Amino acid sequence: MNIGELLRSFPELTVTGVTQGAIYALVALGYTLVYGVLRLINFAHSEVFMVGTFAALFTWGLFGLDSNTERPSIGVALLAILAAIVVAAVTSAAVALLIEVTAYRPLRHRNAPPLAFLITAIGASFVLMEVAGSLTVRRPFGVPALLPSKPLFDIGGWAVTPTQVTTVVVAIAMLVGLDYFVQKTRAGRGIRAVAQDPNTAALMGVNKSRVIALVFILGGLMAGVAAVFNDIKTGSTKFNVGFLLGLKAFSAAVLGGIGNLRGAALGGLLLGLIENYASALFGSNWRDFVAFVALIALLMFRPTGLLGESLGRARA
Amino acid sequence: MSALRERLRISNLPKPARYSLGALGLVFLFLLPNKWFYEYLGIPLGFAYIPLYTTKNDMASVLFICTWIILLSLGLNVVVGYAGLLDLGFFGFFAVGAYVVALLTSPESKLLTEYNWLESPWPWLVAVPIGIALSLLAGVLLGWPTLRLRGDYLAIVTLGFAEMIRIVAKQQDWILNGDRGIPEVGHPPGSVGGEPLFSFDAKPYYWLALCVIILAVFLIRNLVRSRVGRAWVAIREDEDAAELMGVPTFRFKLWAFAIGAAVGGLSGTLWAGQANFVNSTTFSLENSILVLSAVLLGGAGNIAGAILGGFLVIYIPEWLRSVGDVFGLPETVTVGGSTYDISPTSLRFAIFGIVLIVVMIFRPQGLWPNRRRAAEIQHRKKEVAVGE
Repeated sequence: MNIGELLRSFPELTVTGVTQGAIYALVALGYTLVYGVLRLINFAHSEVFMVGTFAALFTWGLFGLDSNTERPSIGVALLAILAAIVVAAVTSAAVALLIEVTAYRPLRHRNAPPLAFLITAIGASFVLMEVAGSLTVRRPFGVPALLPSKPLFDIGGWAVTPTQVTTVVVAIAMLVGLDYFVQKTRAGRGIRAVAQDPNTAALMGVNKSRVIALVFILGGLMAGVAAVFNDIKTGSTKFNVGFLLGLKAFSAAVLGGIGNLRGAALGGLLLGLIENYASALFGSNWRDFVAFVALIALLMFRPTGLLGESLGRARA
Repeated sequence: MSALRERLRISNLPKPARYSLGALGLVFLFLLPNKWFYEYLGIPLGFAYIPLYTTKNDMASVLFICTWIILLSLGLNVVVGYAGLLDLGFFGFFAVGAYVVALLTSPESKLLTEYNWLESPWPWLVAVPIGIALSLLAGVLLGWPTLRLRGDYLAIVTLGFAEMIRIVAKQQDWILNGDRGIPEVGHPPGSVGGEPLFSFDAKPYYWLALCVIILAVFLIRNLVRSRVGRAWVAIREDEDAAELMGVPTFRFKLWAFAIGAAVGGLSGTLWAGQANFVNSTTFSLENSILVLSAVLLGGAGNIAGAILGGFLVIYIPEWLRSVGDVFGLPETVTVGGSTYDISPTSLRFAIFGIVLIVVMIFRPQGLWPNRRRAAEIQHRKKEVAVGE
């Protein structure tokens, strides 16, 4: 226990925790959306994220940026990030949709038992990860330096870098946008209806297949955005980058109450903070350990997560 | 047709036929790791044949891996297949078993060198029951607080448990020694003509593991045919109904968890004996997922299915590695100036993933399912939800 360390670097830990939490939250939304509608742990979602990290890298390659190039001017950097967000989000959404169509939809047509879905999810995850591993020769790829590393502002020790600001701002924008979409639009009402009661929703004229496809696309979009910022934050990517992050993001979704959009956001944020505080307290080796202990302890006392389950019932 | 199939079912054959079939199968399995035997196994193809043995790895080692994975699948099958509890961190119990054996039998273990708890390394045979007992205890300790959770929440908690064990194992300065691991793990006793029977050759371990599997199958089969097994199936089918009918669901779920954990730990003790070296890298989460896919691929809720699944998840990827050798397929392909590795060796898990998807689409009950469960799934097909 190193309480002094925690207190000394509390502001910095909070800032990095919130940034990490924002990435977790974006990925967690994908898990939670699919779970809310299909009651299915989409194990392949971590690979959707992984594909996004490479799509972003590819986009930056088109800008002539790689890990050896000089830091570009701020305008070019922002443009490159914006382009990467669009490309990665679209690619990830396409992959998510592909998984739904090839791995899940045929099972739904046959009304397969839930565990069969889990296995096809694992299968899809294997396929994507291994194909990416073969294509990239299983080596890590460096990410170009984009935003300046000098802190943007510094208030009482709360030094915040441009990367962190961009990550959090974009994540919040995505979260608010998604929440608005699910709450206020016609398509969002369809999602909530199917989440609440798929059969009744279908009888009321909601196109269930289209809603499910939409849910996968939304999750993929979020994962793609998260992938871009994870690239920038960690400075490299690899074919198995999705595995641990997916695990964490899924934990975050459960922490907040799986199937609950705001819960996923809250869970991601909390997990990011807990991890950072824990690594100061117990050393960074124990970061993940503490995160899982916190998750299990929470589930003991609130078995359905912080904000409770269900996309439809709790009005998000 | 179905009447004939019914008549030919192994359980419907007359007793002598059944026993001789079983004996033949056993002889085959015990002969399998011998080179003079497996060399002749293959799929005929004109004048040549596609060998069924593995060329990249020694066949006996592959078979031994199959056996400890089968043992794990048997354990997980109790938890997932019979009691219907989704356990994603089953490999954690395997780790407990393996580490207990390593700590107690290795002269390099910190129990001797740093803590002075032991005078000298213990024999493997003494460490095994302790390993099993501690895995069982780990199962109870994990199950006690968490089995009140349902379905997917239980899944994430078990997954977290396996990760926690791995993280503890990863700490370099702790008792488990991290990546550096614990070398010189004890071997099972026994010698032939002065030479120790169990050293680095995988063959004797395979035979030992085969005997253990037979014993485990016998025990589990009796258990699932007893009151305990009926309680598990009742819980799997409908937990609330089972509780209302007077089944103490929590207690039986804990039982399933503990028994599964003990079998998983047993598998770990066997593996540690052969591996001779235990470190944290073996216990990655992928292995838990591999075992789970073994159970569900083979057919959850059926012992034979679990065995088949455990065999296939190891054997198919290994065999695919050999296929490239046999046909002389190119290992790499160059497209647009960059070279990609397309050998079945590197793509084997991708192919395995496709196999998983295809099998689940066309046989969601698994390859060799429990008959009752298969019938239920057949029935479900008729109840496809509206809007599909």
